[in-house]
Amino acid sequence: MTSPSEVEPGAGRPDPLRRRIVDWLAGLSATALAGSVFFPLLRYLSPPRIPEAATSQIEAGSANDPELIEKGFKIVRFGSEPVILVRVGEDDFRAFAATCTHLDCIVEYRPERKVLWCNCHNGQFDLTGRNVAGPPPRPLARYEVHVVRDRKGAAPTLVVARS
Amino acid sequence: MERLYAWIDDRLHLSRLAAVASKKKVPVHRLMPFYYFGGMTLFFFFVQVATGILLMLYYRPSADEAFESVEFLMTTVPFGWLMRSLHSWSANLMVFSCFAHLATVFFMKAYRPPRELTWITGVLLLFLTLAFGFSGYLLPWNQLAFFATKVGTDIAGAVPFIGEWLLRFLRGGDRVTGGTLSRFYGWHVAILPALTTLLLAGHLLWVQLLGMSRPPGEKQRSGRPREMPFFPHFALRELFGWTLALGVLAALAALFPWELGDKADPFAPAYRDIRPEWYFVFMFETLKLVPGGEIAGIEYEAIPILLFAAAGLLLVLVPFIDRGASREGRSPGFTLAGVLALVYVTGFTAWGYRSLVPFWIVLGTAGLIAALSLLTPGEETQP
Repeated sequence: MTSPSEVEPGAGRPDPLRRRIVDWLAGLSATALAGSVFFPLLRYLSPPRIPEAATSQIEAGSANDPELIEKGFKIVRFGSEPVILVRVGEDDFRAFAATCTHLDCIVEYRPERKVLWCNCHNGQFDLTGRNVAGPPPRPLARYEVHVVRDRKGAAPTLVVARS
Repeated sequence: MERLYAWIDDRLHLSRLAAVASKKKVPVHRLMPFYYFGGMTLFFFFVQVATGILLMLYYRPSADEAFESVEFLMTTVPFGWLMRSLHSWSANLMVFSCFAHLATVFFMKAYRPPRELTWITGVLLLFLTLAFGFSGYLLPWNQLAFFATKVGTDIAGAVPFIGEWLLRFLRGGDRVTGGTLSRFYGWHVAILPALTTLLLAGHLLWVQLLGMSRPPGEKQRSGRPREMPFFPHFALRELFGWTLALGVLAALAALFPWELGDKADPFAPAYRDIRPEWYFVFMFETLKLVPGGEIAGIEYEAIPILLFAAAGLLLVLVPFIDRGASREGRSPGFTLAGVLALVYVTGFTAWGYRSLVPFWIVLGTAGLIAALSLLTPGEETQP
């Protein structure tokens, strides 16, 4: 490296201003190039949002479903969401979003304690969906259950609807 | 034969390499056995690469076929069960030896200058190993893996500001679906191996360039420091260790083949006593203790998650924070911090398994080991 004092100012050296402009343009082009590479890449990595048809109600089978009677609950598909249908008593059915508000696990019903229980982190909800113990930060969304008796003698059908 | 060697030597300079290798020395002292954990981790990594490539020959990464292809592998393909068991067991042993390597290097303060970069690449390799574990766990598409992934990715979603983006980036959508499986497969077999190879090359290069660190306590002992040549003395001992590791691995894989469980069902409740792999259990148990609530717009559950992230960052930066050790002095604070971290991690892990191993057995064993280590007199200093 030669120090500036050894060289006559301007002799053989490019104009400092011109060099600054060239540096700036080169930097700008490099930034633009990097941007045009990384912008599509970043967009590519985050998945597109796919709209889903909104479900307003579903038919959840017979009120005499043996699974429902034996375990006291069953998980039904509400569009692409899991919904837990609980049989509290002979004629008392309730439905909640089955996805725990803590970390996304699917809850079950424990009839002996009368709570909705998440096995992942021991979150507990009561039979109104309220988060009563453990880590869950919010209550479970409640759904309506309609008991439909359309034919004489046949078991009633359960219909779960968004409330 | 000699001409063949000369031909190769002219092209690869083997004799120069041998000359360098013959000069490399390994310090000999009472803590020396702990040097083997690094090589052990490398051995399990090689097993992972080999068995992983073999598994790819039968595995199909889609929600409709993944579980069935692993089932086919386990039940019909000759020795398919063995390949999968080896891969799963070796993964667990690799995580274990990785943790052991980290702990011993930490307590021997081997991150002192000039070995900061070896430490940083090492910690990053540990994170990559955990990422391998997490992504590989989902691939059989069974119920356990499905919930582990739901929870694990939802944890990422709890991070303030970037959480939602991160969650969708990891899951490949809003939910854990076949799209998540493709994504995790890509990470597991392409992106993570590439990153690991790169970091591993640096890590090993620095170990070779800088040699093994002698712990500060050993340096203060009087007398001439003892050492042994790396090749063949240390290398042969290492080879013996690898053979032993292969034996343990083969025995575990053959006697306790890895289970497959039930196929993932997005509409089934999480089953009782569900827990992640043992190396995530301490975090899992911590999350169970945090109640629901919100402070200044941040949910309580995000707090431990952010603390874990901060702890990870601190771990990377240890060589630059520990001023005492970097001046070759003492740093009892760091030793204490390490002991506390170890007690927290092992304690919470044991607590997580209290339904399998009663907690008092764990406490008793730990107490016994502590008592023995205090009662055992240190080795006499060689004159």
